[in-house]
Amino acid sequence: MIEPHPEHPHEHSHLSDMDVRVRALESLLIHKGYVEPAALERIIETYESEVGPHNGARVVARAWTDPTYRDWLLRDATAAIADMGYSGRQGEHMVALANTDQEHNMVVCTLCSCYPWPVLGLPPVWYKSAPYRSRAVMDPRSVLQDFKVTLPPSTRIRVWDSTAEVRYLVLPLRPAQTDGWSADQLARLVTRDSMIGTGLPLNPQDLARETSV
Amino acid sequence: MNSVHDMGGMQGFGAVNPETNEPLFHAPWERRALALTLAMGATGQWTIDHARAARESLPPGVYLNSSYYEIWLRGLEHLLIKRGLATAEELKDGQLRQPADRALPVLTAECVASVLAKGTSAERSANQHGSPPRHVVGERVRARNMHPGGHTRLPRYVRGHVGTVLAVRGCHVWPDSHVSRQLPPFEETAHWLYTVAFEAQELWGEQAAGDNTEICVDAWEPYLEPCELALSRSGPHDLGLHLGPDPGPNPPPNQANG
Repeated sequence: MIEPHPEHPHEHSHLSDMDVRVRALESLLIHKGYVEPAALERIIETYESEVGPHNGARVVARAWTDPTYRDWLLRDATAAIADMGYSGRQGEHMVALANTDQEHNMVVCTLCSCYPWPVLGLPPVWYKSAPYRSRAVMDPRSVLQDFKVTLPPSTRIRVWDSTAEVRYLVLPLRPAQTDGWSADQLARLVTRDSMIGTGLPLNPQDLARETSV
Repeated sequence: MNSVHDMGGMQGFGAVNPETNEPLFHAPWERRALALTLAMGATGQWTIDHARAARESLPPGVYLNSSYYEIWLRGLEHLLIKRGLATAEELKDGQLRQPADRALPVLTAECVASVLAKGTSAERSANQHGSPPRHVVGERVRARNMHPGGHTRLPRYVRGHVGTVLAVRGCHVWPDSHVSRQLPPFEETAHWLYTVAFEAQELWGEQAAGDNTEICVDAWEPYLEPCELALSRSGPHDLGLHLGPDPGPNPPPNQANG
């Protein structure tokens, strides 16, 4: 994958080439009347400031605090997630996967970059990269090590390859020492990676450390 | 198509490098590429399956050397040319040479929120499909050993392997035939979609024996065959068992998606 390294002139010029190319395309499509400039801005605004992992974190936190909601989420995730106001593109057919002490779920799309946009936003580069897509199904434990996550061998790993339009959201285990926490407080412990299955939620000590920095 | 986009089980790509505090876009053009892809998708001149087919038919070297938004951009350019909506010359410099010969339903700013929130359901009614699901939860099935030259969503690493049906997800539009027509109305044949779980050892052999891992793949009915049928074919004697394709009425499927 080509990643931007502004300090490398070659890659910098490559990015400029892409910039020119996309500008040409945008100008052409506007002149042809195929796209409306204001609609482009609205799309960008949606994914830059409205949709993101904070949506999924609210779903997870509600499931941690409300057993009825948790049951609904595991039975019909599309409807339960829509109840929080999140629906649509790349989340039309949602399934929630509950981690347990015995089982850990991890999501990948080996064929492209399928990802549950309404709850997680746009995928990070690593999720779309060849290393993740190639190894997640063959050697998930070593992939987890790349994320500094080690699970006991007795924990069964279930890898979900998003080959159709079903989109998966991992429901991680609620961290210990959070009794009495509100859903809003708990949502701050839910990381994006914990909802993909390549990470675990923060614990209260992590959160204290993060907020004290 | 057996190409490099089908990455499951490939080796040599190295470590996964998660970026701390990763920005949503790594260059300004990426957000334009995203917006243009979504806005053009909304004109209904192709489906998500056509878009995926365009991206994965890039030459393998180009695919592997492109960032993901670059793959999107190249796929979009390919679709515009193929549909006669732009010429290669126009794409080179952005100068309009051939005015639009047809009006497209253009996505307006006011509609963006509702279009994105609605999405595009891939599910079709079981009544429309007409047949009950051929497989039931818990059944052993084999992913077909098939290598279509066109678009398909059965990854190579499961082909020929036996797994267990975990869930029946409803009738979903089948990508393989969805891309067969280039212009609307598109071919919308739907088939039953299953989630099938494969033991790591079944896929990767002895080296995965202690992995305590299973891999779940969503597979449409045409990608699967009953396990017994597969065995009778590959065995030394065809005993003529299980030749009838009709398994009889099945219990109602686990409709995970309502």
